[in-house]
Amino acid sequence: MNAPLLRVRGLRVTGPQGTIVTDVDLSLEHGGTLGVVGESGSGKSLAVKALSGLLPRGLHATGEIELDGEPLDPDGSAPQWRRIRGSRIVTLPQDPFTSLSPLHRCGTQIGWAVADRHRRAQRVAELLAEVGLPAEVARRHPFELSGGMRQRVAIAAALAGDPQLLIADEPTTALDVSTQAEVLDLIARLQRVRRMGVVLITHDLAVARSRADQIMVMYAGRVLERGPGSEVLERPAHPYTARLAACDPPLDVRLASLPAIPGSVPPPHTVGVECSFAARCALTVDACRTTVPRAVEVRPGHLAACLRIGQADPRPPVAEAPEHGGAREGAAPALTVRGLAKRFRGAPHPALDGVDLTVRQGEAVAVVGESGSGKTTLARCIVGLERPDEGTVEIPGLPAGPQRIQIVFQDPYSALNPGLTIGACLREALAVAGRPASDVAGLLALVGLPADHARRRPRALSGGERQRVAIARALAPRPKVLICDESVSALDVSVQAGVLNLLSRLRRELGLSLVFITHDLAVARQVGDRVHVMYRGRVVESGPAHTVLSAPTHPYTRRLLACRPAAR
Amino acid sequence: MTRQILVFLVRRLGMTVLLLLALSLLVYGLMFLAPGDIARNLLGTRNATPQALDQVRAQYHLDKPFLWQYTHWLSHALTGDFGTSIRTGAPVGRMMRERLGLTAAVSGLAFLLSVLAAVPAGVVAALHRGEWLDRALVGWSVVGISAPGFAVGLILLYVFAVGLGWFPVYGTGSGFLDSLWHLVLPAVTLALGLGAFVVKLTRAAVARELDEDYVVFARSRGLGRARVLGIVLRNAAVPVLTSLALMVGYLFGGTLLAEVTFALPGLGALLEQSVLFKDFPVVQALTVVVAVLISLTALLADLAYLTVDPRIRNRMAR
Repeated sequence: MNAPLLRVRGLRVTGPQGTIVTDVDLSLEHGGTLGVVGESGSGKSLAVKALSGLLPRGLHATGEIELDGEPLDPDGSAPQWRRIRGSRIVTLPQDPFTSLSPLHRCGTQIGWAVADRHRRAQRVAELLAEVGLPAEVARRHPFELSGGMRQRVAIAAALAGDPQLLIADEPTTALDVSTQAEVLDLIARLQRVRRMGVVLITHDLAVARSRADQIMVMYAGRVLERGPGSEVLERPAHPYTARLAACDPPLDVRLASLPAIPGSVPPPHTVGVECSFAARCALTVDACRTTVPRAVEVRPGHLAACLRIGQADPRPPVAEAPEHGGAREGAAPALTVRGLAKRFRGAPHPALDGVDLTVRQGEAVAVVGESGSGKTTLARCIVGLERPDEGTVEIPGLPAGPQRIQIVFQDPYSALNPGLTIGACLREALAVAGRPASDVAGLLALVGLPADHARRRPRALSGGERQRVAIARALAPRPKVLICDESVSALDVSVQAGVLNLLSRLRRELGLSLVFITHDLAVARQVGDRVHVMYRGRVVESGPAHTVLSAPTHPYTRRLLACRPAAR
Repeated sequence: MTRQILVFLVRRLGMTVLLLLALSLLVYGLMFLAPGDIARNLLGTRNATPQALDQVRAQYHLDKPFLWQYTHWLSHALTGDFGTSIRTGAPVGRMMRERLGLTAAVSGLAFLLSVLAAVPAGVVAALHRGEWLDRALVGWSVVGISAPGFAVGLILLYVFAVGLGWFPVYGTGSGFLDSLWHLVLPAVTLALGLGAFVVKLTRAAVARELDEDYVVFARSRGLGRARVLGIVLRNAAVPVLTSLALMVGYLFGGTLLAEVTFALPGLGALLEQSVLFKDFPVVQALTVVVAVLISLTALLADLAYLTVDPRIRNRMAR
């Protein structure tokens, strides 16, 4: 029991293009939790895939991995892994909607990893009870269950082999806020009872802070900082950690502009002998571009790989914005929605049940709610992508047409036609609006992209850049109202902040009105002058953002606020 | 839930019957749309004396309204009586029954060969994606899809029957083993093209499932290769079943060429001769029979989806 549960030294993952993960060292005690924090492209998922011998084809791992004192072969095809996977180390995937086979009953799937055939049914029932599900779930298929229940089934399946180490890869990202907390609590409880080690991969700093004893921050395939959870996030030593923590929008105050990190994460194999964050760091000096910083101990057990430690304060300055409150009372309405109702065939309750919404000129209204609350149906009805059963959508002063209202969707990866260059895509939108093709450069400049992006195709752009293109496309017909349907929720925090700042600048410069649909209360706080909270197709609470989100009156709003991971 | 499935079945069956009715109406109507006088067409090569024409008009009730004629024909067709062949004067039903066995044997053999070879080949190709085995299998299936059936048939005949002498050049043989020996080449000709199609579809379906999260999760839980493959195959079954059902339709088109190439007296050869001779009753009968066959396969495929995929069962229940 003296050996730590997991000890990794010099773990490296290489692919056909070069090194993707470089020199990861970590150790985890029995029953401890390690949070691995990073944005997309940080290499965090590949690093832990290597720890369970599950690297995709064409990638190879080298280095030392020791599980409870026993050395493991970093090559996942080694026969040794057959008795390690499942019974010693198990990986819980992110999305419970795809991690279970859609055609098999839940009980069957949980039972697959139970070796003893005669005890299988009994063991499945025990595991279901352990994750807090009724025994009859065994007979159900995954599609009959909610996201949270599916994730519980997946956890039960993962525990069937009684592993010592659970690697949870973004286990709550695909879930609603209230379910997120439940699933994280469940993992924590199982961890205590079973004395199981947990590696929790997350992009969400608040989740890492509230759940992990140790935190490791990764960027472009390298570990930039690691140490005790509270230390790393309260007193970050690496500028990247500090900037990342600052990007996380606060819920209590509204900031004039959100601290964003300019640029995007470089592909790991392009990073040479330099600090991987040098290109985006405000504190970069010449030495940062010519040496790979070694991890140095800042405080006992707290390491950071930065040359400028002790020379500069890594934390960026922040400024609060004046509260808008009930501002813009005098402005004329830009959009009026009255009594909108919609019921989908076969649905147990209506998607929209008499929704009223008014947006004044230049105002931003945030609509918050969980999945199934009807917020997306509301957006689609307003733009005319869905026909409401009852109710009206009025945009005063303008005839019907694309000039009135435009929408920006959630996923910038599927919202752009991969076959069209950015220029062709924008020209198409301009042509529909009757504007000349020469306006492309102007549109790109408006969303903060260089004109030469017009020649590129979507796959050559990062997620944030794609979302900016989607916004430019929506602005082509010079709309008065912009609907943003979860437009930043597929983006990393540092990129999300940049897009939110862009939207707030567009509002000021173009006098745009915004309807911002989101599940994220902090984002709603930063964007919205007013907030509407939706639950089961109804607006249950609405008012100025600071009142609704700091002094909620409806129990549902209170529950949403209480479920935020940071609140624990 | 069972009740809803029953409702679905009844509705689906009703749709099939309606579709077949519409199709038979169309097929029957085509005779009237063919160029020339119907009575003369129905007379075939016989002398078109006024008496003979009158006799044909009476025999086919051509003086009655169209719908009356159609229902008359249909009611007889339902009992298996499709009238008499213009070419041979024999009852169409009997002509078809005599030739059905051969066509069924060739098509059945071809279906069996292509399923037994192509589905495993597709699975193997998907499991070895990007490796030489995959490239070889996919390369061969491209050749199989592109090569026209009659050309493949001629090549097979030339190499294995004329050149090597392993198989007979033509004929049907007598007795089970001898018949089988005679039917191997035509069946292989058919199976090559169809099997290639199934290889590609199976490979695509299995490859897509292999990329799914649940496969990684299953492996991470320590499940063995065979177990994981079993899970994948069940999930890939729906597209594969679809391709097999579609195959039945192509099978009949293919068997026509194969039977002509190998001089086999099956339904395909009969169709070819009847079309060339404008033997309307036979063409009508064959078209309707094939339509019934294809509709029934589609129905069977739908039922197979129901047993394989609980989500489809559930959608039906709503």
